[in-house]
Amino acid sequence: MKVLTPTVLTYIKVVVLVAVVPAIVGFVIVLAERRLMGFMQARLGPNRVGPKGLLQGVADLLKLVTKEDITPAHAERAVHFLAPVLAVIPALTTLAVIPFGPAVRIGKIRTPLWVTDVNIGLLFVLAITSIGVYGIILGGWASNNKYSLLGGLRSAAQLVSYEVPMGLALVSVLLMTRSLSMVEIVHRQGRLHLWFIFPGLLAFFIYFVAGVAETNRNPFDLPEAESELVSGFNTEYSGVKFAFFFLGEYTAMIVISCVAVTVFLGGWLPPFPHVAALKFLRIVPPFGWFIIKAGLFLFGYIWFRSTFPRYRFDQLMALGWKWMIPIALANIVIVALAILATPGRSNGLFVLSYIFGGLFVVMFLLAKLRQKLARRERLAAVPASAVE
Amino acid sequence: MSDERPISGAEKDQAMRTAEDLRAAALAAAESLPVSPQPPTLFEVQEMELNFGPQHPSTHGVLRLVIRVDGEKILETKPDIGYLHRGTEKLFETETYPMGIPHTDRMDYVAAATNNHAYCLTIEKLLAVEIPRRAQLIRVMLDELQRLSSHLVWLGTSGLDLGAVTPFWYAFREREQILDFFEEYCGARLTLNCMRIGGLPFDLTAGWVERLMEFVDDLPSRIDDYEQLLTDNRIWKKRTVGIGVISGEECIEWGVTGPVLRGSGVEWDLRRAQPYECYDELDFVIPTRVNGDTYDRYIVRVQEMRQSVRILKQCIDLLEPGEIRGKVPRVIKPIAEEVYASIESPKGELGFYCVSNGTNRPYRMHVRPPSFINLQALPRLAKGHLVSDLVALIGTIDIVLGEVDR
Repeated sequence: MKVLTPTVLTYIKVVVLVAVVPAIVGFVIVLAERRLMGFMQARLGPNRVGPKGLLQGVADLLKLVTKEDITPAHAERAVHFLAPVLAVIPALTTLAVIPFGPAVRIGKIRTPLWVTDVNIGLLFVLAITSIGVYGIILGGWASNNKYSLLGGLRSAAQLVSYEVPMGLALVSVLLMTRSLSMVEIVHRQGRLHLWFIFPGLLAFFIYFVAGVAETNRNPFDLPEAESELVSGFNTEYSGVKFAFFFLGEYTAMIVISCVAVTVFLGGWLPPFPHVAALKFLRIVPPFGWFIIKAGLFLFGYIWFRSTFPRYRFDQLMALGWKWMIPIALANIVIVALAILATPGRSNGLFVLSYIFGGLFVVMFLLAKLRQKLARRERLAAVPASAVE
Repeated sequence: MSDERPISGAEKDQAMRTAEDLRAAALAAAESLPVSPQPPTLFEVQEMELNFGPQHPSTHGVLRLVIRVDGEKILETKPDIGYLHRGTEKLFETETYPMGIPHTDRMDYVAAATNNHAYCLTIEKLLAVEIPRRAQLIRVMLDELQRLSSHLVWLGTSGLDLGAVTPFWYAFREREQILDFFEEYCGARLTLNCMRIGGLPFDLTAGWVERLMEFVDDLPSRIDDYEQLLTDNRIWKKRTVGIGVISGEECIEWGVTGPVLRGSGVEWDLRRAQPYECYDELDFVIPTRVNGDTYDRYIVRVQEMRQSVRILKQCIDLLEPGEIRGKVPRVIKPIAEEVYASIESPKGELGFYCVSNGTNRPYRMHVRPPSFINLQALPRLAKGHLVSDLVALIGTIDIVLGEVDR
């Protein structure tokens, strides 16, 4: 058993992660997305390849791999080649610091379900995901195509400006966690009996919206915008290179979801672990809880995609700079005040949870009311006989 | 409503001009528009010429736009049309009058029934034949079904242009049902060829009306579904409110008709303004909005769909057994005359101008296609907006390239 030293185990975990995540992306998430969107859009989705369409991923992969790999004549060849790589590698690298579960025992070996627990985990995630942006920018620029260039420029502006509210949202959570280590963040949520989504509700919303924008997904999928820029930055990519962009985008989605689960939803912890009545929830292993929570986020991504129209470029920037950054800044002050008000204890965070929860309910009801009033006003504008 | 058409003179002039003239006029007008003074910028502005189409998912066919952009801001738009030109107007001259009907199917191919209708109406005006009442009612029903299906295509595709994928599937689900009705009636789903000079080719099949009744009872709730997804959607409103504003006066100056004109506050609908068939007996509202932006045009079209449902219900109630063909001579040889007849197609005023020389073929047939004339306003609408808005604007004009190019 001396062979399986911690170092070797880490290597094994890295290999598993790098091999498994693309497989999940290709076979599970893409199929789930297409089937779910089919369900939401009154159609079936892919159901022909294999039983219930389960092998659709294999078919897609085969198609992409066997396709001719075209580089446009006047493209910047080296950069054109580098861009898809830059889109995938950072996304996969970030997974190294995500704690998928506590230590587990397989046979005689006991090992935690993370590759490494660096003490600057969250910072590492932010730093590395920023690199992924270059893949898109360079890909758009190197293609020597005006549409791709516009897509690349859009993503440059978009991703740079949405890094800021995302970082600021995480800063307010840092005040609660007192640590950048992803594992420590989960442990602290367990000790406090409080998931940070409750005191950090505002931060959570900002993080998730910025996360959707970072991954170029609807309603922020401007860099590709198939109906405007005809796929934008990846117009000139085909075959394996396109598959890499695809993989990069979906892996980035997984990363954003995993970070959200870790930071806001207590990572692998079951809901309310301290409540005796909910002990039965422990039937699901911690890793299972992590998967379920991350799945919820990924479902959210798919749901958004089938619900929302796309933002316009300038509106997206306005939303980021005029709304999300000021709110994120204010949120930091609010959280700081709540922590300062009860030094040494976490009561302030609980109070904050109740306030945010109440505000959320009130705002939800107000939004519903506003929608109703707008509808009534609209119907009133039409002559009565026209409404049946 | 007065019978006097307030803009008939100008429109008739326009209809008489040849397509080349109109195209030249559109290009010249686009060029002569005043360029708004640019605010001083820190950096040197580098303009880029972008070739938008003819192969582009959002040009709804083979429309080519040459746009000059500063970043993403549009400085100038030049529509370049003709990629789908098939010489339909010339074809009419080479064939007898009844043989022209199938050619009209291929013009506005998402609304073939209204094309057939306008063509038949022109020839009937030339022949001065009376259409039996049952045929009139069925024609109105086919027209309104066609209006619904055309607006559903518009709703789906223009949503898709702005990134809203789901309304597209919902709208096409209902459109399929409408196409089923057409298929049952005349055997075709798109190129219907469903009207004849002097009446209709077939009577309705058994059970058609009952099934239609079920469908129109169900449709308003489906329209509610689309509205649920879009009407109060913040992003939808952000993308459409204040985009491509055009005033009613400008619409009239450009010859723009249809929902675009009504979205700018002009209550002008040929079904009411110069009733044809039995529209004067039917009770319906002409939806108008005042702002003249993309959102208002969206609302107008959605409400028009609700009105079409009302018209269909009334037609079903009025329907009685009877003749479906008027007294038309076997060989159609009208006297030498010039006539213009027009109907309200889903996209605006669709007119045919026919010059007859007493033979069995038209001497000259000119089409006044609403898509083509509405498209002229695109450079005016697009000025100063962003590339993303251009997509919304092409959608909001609701063009079909088969009709633009003919």
